Amino acid sequence: MNNPLKKPRWSPYLVGSGIGVLSWITFAMMGEALGTSTTMVRAAGALEGAVDTGHVLSNPYFAHYLDGKPVFEWQFALVIGLFLGALVSAMLSGERFKETVPDLWAWRFGKSRAVRYTAAFVGGAVLLFGARLAGGCTSGHGISGGMQLAVSSWVFTATMFVSGIVTAFALFGMKGRSHV
Amino acid sequence: MFNAPLFADPSTLAKGALAGLIFGFLLQRGGVTRYRVILGQFLLKDFTVLKIMLAAVVVGAVGIYGMLAMGLLEQTDLHIKPTVLLGNALGGVIFGVGMALLGYCPGTGVGAVADGSMHAIFGLLGMLVGAAALAEMQPWFKQHVLQTGDLGKVTLPSETGLSPWLFIGAIALLSVVGFSLLRRGKPGTEAGAETRTPALP
Repeated sequence: MNNPLKKPRWSPYLVGSGIGVLSWITFAMMGEALGTSTTMVRAAGALEGAVDTGHVLSNPYFAHYLDGKPVFEWQFALVIGLFLGALVSAMLSGERFKETVPDLWAWRFGKSRAVRYTAAFVGGAVLLFGARLAGGCTSGHGISGGMQLAVSSWVFTATMFVSGIVTAFALFGMKGRSHV
Repeated sequence: MFNAPLFADPSTLAKGALAGLIFGFLLQRGGVTRYRVILGQFLLKDFTVLKIMLAAVVVGAVGIYGMLAMGLLEQTDLHIKPTVLLGNALGGVIFGVGMALLGYCPGTGVGAVADGSMHAIFGLLGMLVGAAALAEMQPWFKQHVLQTGDLGKVTLPSETGLSPWLFIGAIALLSVVGFSLLRRGKPGTEAGAETRTPALP
């Protein structure tokens, strides 16, 4: 069992280095930087646009990303590829995993799926709002911007980590640490 | 759809999909498509997230600034996001709250659904709503918030006049020292290194 493809976890340093090298390729050969949150803007705009194209085009923020441009562009393809890559990796590892309510969450807030799903929905809405206000997320700012030494990205990553730590301790407290 | 074809050219899509396949594979193998690994980071128990991010930043930076120095990349090939201090910081704070609540970021959330997380699906739906809400409110933010600390597309080297290698070296050194101290402090407590799937209720 020395096949690395079947080893369920790789060293975080190896994984991070791999993402770094992947970035060389996207910068040098694709003219792009890894990112994901703009795709959520395009997807939301396309869904709204299916109902009312005029409303989307009259919104300057949506128009900036969508007017005269394809919905499915490089990053949208990346996000779909990301899903498939994670799926392939999970399948190759041979590890079966299904999670509805995480253990840590269940310990603190109970086993209700409805409560967890609602919290996940709210969390997703809040984080994407923040990402677009800041101009990127953990990949666009945290990884791609960080490696370019962009001031914006380091400000985002630092504040994001502090806020995430404060929120996590507010939600789960010191005792939560023994449940992860 | 919007005064343009729905799809970009096939070669662009193929390149994006290929980059995504590798990215998704690595995120899943790194363990960051798991809620407990992300929350483990915010609860300062499991440093997998920071290790992956800092390794990616250092290796990526060496390549990018190396290629710039060798003339393989031009300054115009960079993708620097504009600095608006209040927007970047406020966005970061809001993002951190949402990420601690959801347990994923956008990229790891997409990977988490593939990895078997049901609650991540609701996180992604929430993200679409968050994107739509921001789009509606962005003009207001642009007028009232996104003016404070507007420095343009600046980097740490361009702002300070120092060599980028100084920053790359410092980030690498601090990471190596930090993670070695962490390892010495509490050996074998990192959940990210765990290979077994936890039992589910």
